[in-house]
Amino acid sequence: MENNKDKVLEVKGLQTYFKTDSGVVKAVDGVSFDLYRGETLGIVGESGCGKSVTNLSIMKLIPSPPGKIVGGEVIFKGENIIALPEERLRSIRGNSISMIFQDPMTSLNPFLKISTQMVETIVLHQDMSKSEAKKKAIEMLTLVGIPAPEKRIDSYPHQFSGGMRQRVMIAMALSCNADVLIADEPTTALDVTIQAQILELIDELSKKLNTAVIMITHDLGVVAGMCDKVCVMYAGRIVEKALTEDLFGKPFHPYTSGLIQSVPRLDHATQEKLFSIEGQPPNLIDLPDCCPFHPRCHKAMDICRSKYPKLTEVEPGREVACWLYMDKGEDK
Amino acid sequence: MTKYIIRRLLGMIPTLLIIITISFFIIRIAPGGPFDSERSLPEQVLQNIEAKYHLDEPVIVQYGRYLFDVLRGDLGPSYRYQDHDVNFYIFTSLPNSIILGIIALTIAIVFGISAGMLSAVRQNTWVDYTTMSFAIVGISVPLFVIGPVLQWIFAMNLGWLPTSGWIDGDYGLKTLILPSITLSLGYFANIARLMRSSMLETLRSDYIRTAKAKGLKNSVILFKHTLKGALLPVVSYLGPAFAGIITGSVVVEQIFRVPGLGKFFVQSSFNRDYTLIMGVVIVYSVILIIMNFIVDIIYSFLDPRISYK
Repeated sequence: MENNKDKVLEVKGLQTYFKTDSGVVKAVDGVSFDLYRGETLGIVGESGCGKSVTNLSIMKLIPSPPGKIVGGEVIFKGENIIALPEERLRSIRGNSISMIFQDPMTSLNPFLKISTQMVETIVLHQDMSKSEAKKKAIEMLTLVGIPAPEKRIDSYPHQFSGGMRQRVMIAMALSCNADVLIADEPTTALDVTIQAQILELIDELSKKLNTAVIMITHDLGVVAGMCDKVCVMYAGRIVEKALTEDLFGKPFHPYTSGLIQSVPRLDHATQEKLFSIEGQPPNLIDLPDCCPFHPRCHKAMDICRSKYPKLTEVEPGREVACWLYMDKGEDK
Repeated sequence: MTKYIIRRLLGMIPTLLIIITISFFIIRIAPGGPFDSERSLPEQVLQNIEAKYHLDEPVIVQYGRYLFDVLRGDLGPSYRYQDHDVNFYIFTSLPNSIILGIIALTIAIVFGISAGMLSAVRQNTWVDYTTMSFAIVGISVPLFVIGPVLQWIFAMNLGWLPTSGWIDGDYGLKTLILPSITLSLGYFANIARLMRSSMLETLRSDYIRTAKAKGLKNSVILFKHTLKGALLPVVSYLGPAFAGIITGSVVVEQIFRVPGLGKFFVQSSFNRDYTLIMGVVIVYSVILIIMNFIVDIIYSFLDPRISYK
């Protein structure tokens, strides 16, 4: 896994700010991570912690204005995507890096047939005629488990159920053999029974096509079931980075352990109230230079209130941004 | 679809009947009658006139008689203009209003949609600000100001165009230019504003984000993915707008001396010219109902989620 050749995407110090009337919102502030071929990376965190903005920034799809990528690099195949001209970017979007979104009910164009929407993507990126592209689209629909795809491909999105539409989105996203698939909360808007099917489908197809997946979610269950590595985000920064089993086995950051504890568990017969992290996520405007989590942290110390802890490797392959562990590191 | 069209066409009959009935009685409730004037007529003369137009009969009998005439396509005699009947006045003036209206609306649609799209795509730039300021002017400055100003510039100062007249006169088609521009301005402004806001809304939608994430070119996103959805509110505005514009505008007709239908709207009600009022109302209603019907049909072509059975 440490083999550099297999690294498909490298995000370095990404900063995305939004200008608003009340100040600059630092939605993403110095996020870095690496993604290797065939691996699934989870990005978890509460609403508004910058997960989606991070991934829209990777595609350079931040609505601008008000948003702007003010710093950092996204290295894909040796090129910094952020610095690429629009035309080159377009040949990457939907081709080498593709995305699926949260709400399949609104993410497909209701005015165009599924065939139109799928074929235009394939024709754009692959050297294919329209009829070949349609064949390829039908093939993809078969792969994602749409029954009678030859017929269904000429339907409109409203003629599909939510789960089926998400399958169509996945088929479309993978139709050009993407290297990276960014899944932005792909199951949040779906029924629980459908959720599992969709996740399994993403897992299975990404393994089959050797696609790296970035799975954005607030659902730790999804992370546990699918991801190899996890980044936990809080207030626009990554606060903990670890292999999935390490993270669940022994969470370091108090925020991570809070998240894990607040998942209801069936194997713990309890009458007691479900754990919750007290308080609200901080306002991202004019964030002071301290640990943004300290007002909600039970283990907060003096230093937490005055200085931001940098993300530091505390064990091989484990990074955490918390003064609790920094001290240890410094002592050694 | 055919079934739906037939059902809608049949549905027009009761709608129209209700409109005719309500208008018929409301007009008669309003104080004053067609033959009340400052100089009161001798009793006997008045009675004779009322007898001639059956105004001495009970209202309900008049209503039945009128309905029967309308069904035969006869809108009756005008109480004011003795030379011709209502059919004549309407069917000589309506085509003129339709010509002017269609030209004005075409101008408004072409420029309104382009301007709206342009300012949405260039939101918060000088293009947007200029277009929208122009639209505000178009909405807020009344026709009786715009008309004379255009006449003053293009007819009196530059001498390029005639001040007034109609296509059957000496100046021919040139007479259409100023009145149609004047008439189109308000509609242009409304269409531009509608188009801009619905375009902005559509551009912010999830499926446009998907289209961008697929790597599509901006022009493809704009014309293939955005336009259809953004047009829907404009199309629904166009139904009533079309009915309004082709039945004529009193102000424009007066300023440019256009022999259109619009003046009858005003004059007939001042004159309590019952039959002419009814004729104008019926024509307007029929056009409005048909236009709304056409809008619904266009909707089903634009939006696949709407289907009529």
